[in-house]
Amino acid sequence: MRTPLFAEHQALNARIVEFSGWEMPVHYSGILHEHNAVRRDVGVFDISHMGEFFVSGENASLWLDSLLTNRVASLGLGEAQYSLLLNEKGGVIDDLIVYRIGAKDFLLVVNAAKIEEDAAWMCGRSIAGVDFQNRSDAYAALAVQGPNSARVFAELFSEPMPTSRNVITRPDATSFAVTTGYTGELGFEWIVPAVEAVPAWRAALACGAAPCGLGARDTLRLEMGYPLNGSDLSPTHTPLEAGLGFFVDLQKADFVGRSALMAQKETGITLRLVALCVEEKSPPLRSHYPIFSGTTLLGETTSGAHSPSLGVGIAMAYLPAASATVGTTVEIEVRGRRFRACVRKKPLYQKTS
Amino acid sequence: MNVPDHLLYAPSHEWISVEGDIGTVGITDHAQSELTDIVFAEPPALGKILAAGEVAAVVESVKAASDIYSPVAGEVIARNEAIESEPALLNSDAFGAAWIYKLRLSDLGQLTALKDAEAYRTQIGA
Repeated sequence: MRTPLFAEHQALNARIVEFSGWEMPVHYSGILHEHNAVRRDVGVFDISHMGEFFVSGENASLWLDSLLTNRVASLGLGEAQYSLLLNEKGGVIDDLIVYRIGAKDFLLVVNAAKIEEDAAWMCGRSIAGVDFQNRSDAYAALAVQGPNSARVFAELFSEPMPTSRNVITRPDATSFAVTTGYTGELGFEWIVPAVEAVPAWRAALACGAAPCGLGARDTLRLEMGYPLNGSDLSPTHTPLEAGLGFFVDLQKADFVGRSALMAQKETGITLRLVALCVEEKSPPLRSHYPIFSGTTLLGETTSGAHSPSLGVGIAMAYLPAASATVGTTVEIEVRGRRFRACVRKKPLYQKTS
Repeated sequence: MNVPDHLLYAPSHEWISVEGDIGTVGITDHAQSELTDIVFAEPPALGKILAAGEVAAVVESVKAASDIYSPVAGEVIARNEAIESEPALLNSDAFGAAWIYKLRLSDLGQLTALKDAEAYRTQIGA
């Protein structure tokens, strides 16, 4: 599959890779350059492969609250929140953003690889008074991220970028600019009808945003300790294990997975998703590298990379709770050799302003 | 794409220059361009005996690891520590400062199996 911007990427000589069935740019000028553009200036990513669901109706809020972990009813008009869709065992099906675009209207932006699964799961639990529409093909999206993203926003929309995060500028329009992102930098995501994708992309570039691919998107999010579904999140791990308890409201009425989470809370959380930093010179980390403490195999990396900002290998992994506290030293094995690493507080990268 | 005429090439994108029975090995400009930002390099240990086609070194970009194969057999007699401390040299000067290792060839006859610049250019479509 291709996004409406595929020809634009080709024209910019992007290196194209397959990502969950999509032909996406992994980089244009190079991952390091694009990573630094977002950390120091401003970059734009094509995130049109992600899915857009529109949920509306009398019972829309009630229904979403029965399926998602965060409290949808608390969302004000024009606000967005991060949330999770769980299975009955409390495992993660998907992580997503919910936008309240009307009193009874919501937009959900979901992961590309999970569009069909999420839609089937949600429709299989539909109730009266809710209209669900998967309009993923009809929408494109850009993420404009970086310290200078406010300048791009002001040029594009002739108004200042909201200073708060998770705010939608025009919730009632056909396109939405919202101050969210996956990089740890200031920025906004711009969801537009597919036919408007090319002019929106070109406008962002004309405002000075550097085109950035999935490679930089991955290194940027990993430096922040943001999980990637399919790697760091999975149906066999709960959001409590993933350290996402902040986005789970166990006080609200029942939602799918709640009883499993309550039980897990009761018995204790035995695994925790941690951020790791290598403490010595090492090859870049990748996913599925084994992690040891002495002779004991503790687990494996779920994501890994060379951190362009820190200049060292970084990773995420589920470790036994006893080995998951900040400051714990472990060893990560790369091609038969072990390198000392340390459990660190998230985010691994902190802005020095 | 730069493909110097005076070098020999392996289909797996290594180059070798030979003086007497001493060969100097590196990766091609095409290889570094495909790998992009190289952030780690590990030349082979001194004294290591390599067979032709054996993994001699590893280089890693931000995105992927890549094995470097010895174009010919021999004993490693020098390793370039400059690329260990500054892996980006492989991107900026693949045919020069970023040579990876030198070896004493055990069979000069193996050189005939390698490609000349013209054949390698054809391979990469340059």
